[in-house]
Amino acid sequence: MSAPTTWTIPEVRAALDSRKISARELVKEFYALIDQKNRELNIYLALSPERAFAQADRIDAAIAAGDALPTLAGVPLAVKDVISTHGIPTTCGSRILEGYKPPYDATAVTRLESAGAIILGKTNCDEFAMGSSNENSAYGPVRNPVAPDHVPGGSSGGSAAAVAANLAVVSLGTDTGGSIRQPGSFCGVPALNPSYGRVSRYGLIAYASSLDRIGPFAHTVRDAATVLSVIAGRDPRDATSSSAPVSDYPAELDRPLHGIRMGIPDDYFGEGIDPEVRQKIEAGIRLLEKLGCKRVSIRMPNTDYAIAAYYILATAEASSNLARYDGVRFGPRVPGATLIEMYQKTRGRGFGPEVKRRIVLGTYVLSAGYYDAYYLKGQKIRALIARDFREAFEKADVIITPTSPVPPFRLGERTASPLQMYLADSYTVTGSMAGVPGISVPSGKTSKGLPIGLQIYGPAFGEDRVLHLAHAFERAGGSDL
Amino acid sequence: MKISREDVLKVAALANLELTDAEVETYRGQLDDILTYIDKLNEIDTSNVEPMTQVVAASTDDAPLREDVVVRADIITEVLEGAPDPEAPYFRVPRVIEK
Repeated sequence: MSAPTTWTIPEVRAALDSRKISARELVKEFYALIDQKNRELNIYLALSPERAFAQADRIDAAIAAGDALPTLAGVPLAVKDVISTHGIPTTCGSRILEGYKPPYDATAVTRLESAGAIILGKTNCDEFAMGSSNENSAYGPVRNPVAPDHVPGGSSGGSAAAVAANLAVVSLGTDTGGSIRQPGSFCGVPALNPSYGRVSRYGLIAYASSLDRIGPFAHTVRDAATVLSVIAGRDPRDATSSSAPVSDYPAELDRPLHGIRMGIPDDYFGEGIDPEVRQKIEAGIRLLEKLGCKRVSIRMPNTDYAIAAYYILATAEASSNLARYDGVRFGPRVPGATLIEMYQKTRGRGFGPEVKRRIVLGTYVLSAGYYDAYYLKGQKIRALIARDFREAFEKADVIITPTSPVPPFRLGERTASPLQMYLADSYTVTGSMAGVPGISVPSGKTSKGLPIGLQIYGPAFGEDRVLHLAHAFERAGGSDL
Repeated sequence: MKISREDVLKVAALANLELTDAEVETYRGQLDDILTYIDKLNEIDTSNVEPMTQVVAASTDDAPLREDVVVRADIITEVLEGAPDPEAPYFRVPRVIEK
């Protein structure tokens, strides 16, 4: 029997069904490993053993009674700390929400728990999901389980690392400009950013509302598909959630792959891409060709403008969303002689450097006289990027890119220039702007053993197509290229 | 230079954000870099492009109007427990109105 902490969802189910282990014992195994590894890796910010064991006991009682088990019965889950969990501290990686316990659960959490999943705790992340390395957490960086002196990526670094380090079977992250896919790539695990509107965001603490999405990390593409099938779908509590039909994603995975047209953007493999990343992505494309995909050349002419437009829109929305942290309703307060002074001190001391930088930039681009030059221009560029995707999907069924132009870097190596850090997000930001789904799947490692990720984009609500191809790639040995 | 010290201070005041002198200087330089980079957007003429204001095209299914019904959440006690200075059923703040 392999170590229970390495199990996938079907393996958990098989072990529970055959009474090899109880849900309670499984949870204990995970907490024991967390206890051993968390000090070094800094993945979990809060654990929720009371709630986890209560849920495990419900599953064990259902097994004893011979009841039919739900899809995720007994599956240990980690939840990014920007997603609300009733009574479990939720800080968004920020001092300004230190000690905050949400009075309700996010819809994604409710759905997963109703499907039998067991919440182990909350994972570390860049403060308010702003960052690409996890070094912006007020509670210290997460370390990459594959290479602990390297970053796990961000902003959902803790959720990616939790799965990679076997400290959860599956986890939830959030993606605004790449924050699921890039840490998935850096930690060597499949990571899915669903279409905008596919998963309810009720209870997700907002960063940039026109871009934020919730999605899963898992050991396998099949497990990611299973989690998506549980969390996807219309939620009356989120007006932006879509009523587009939800497929049975896992059931679609094993269909034969043939004649899929994969679009390869002509100019995506030029300047700025690490040679080892390029080599593995090209090998990945050849593997997909062997599996029956047809390579077609496409153009994404506005990609060069994506980062600039993204940092206008995302920071503008952030400056507005983060106005609510004012020391009145939640989190700590720094006293001041007047109300305004109290706000200023609370916010000045509660927010970290990257969050303040983005609030200042976002407020600037929205301030009187600059709206047309920045925000409106950003929205127009966004329309052009969405058009690039629409036109590409007329010629291709999917689009293949690297997830990140670089492999994981060392802690502290890139903190000096925020702009340089932003520029590494160009492959993921485009899809964020267009609202389309994208998955990062492991696609080999560098000579030093650092993970590389291949990204597959599909058209809006084409998750089944993206997962199908990712699954075939994984089954054909994509991760060992 | 696209952004001055005074610009940063003005924006910080709009955002109710206290910044130290060192922070003002650091952000001024970094925002200058970022805004200079953003200037590259002027390379493309967008005068005939409609701005994208919605990600998923609205359909009547996805944007239905619901009845405006009050639903009691009954979480006042729990919410106030998390507040820095509660006085049930209120949040207390420093004096706003002069005597």
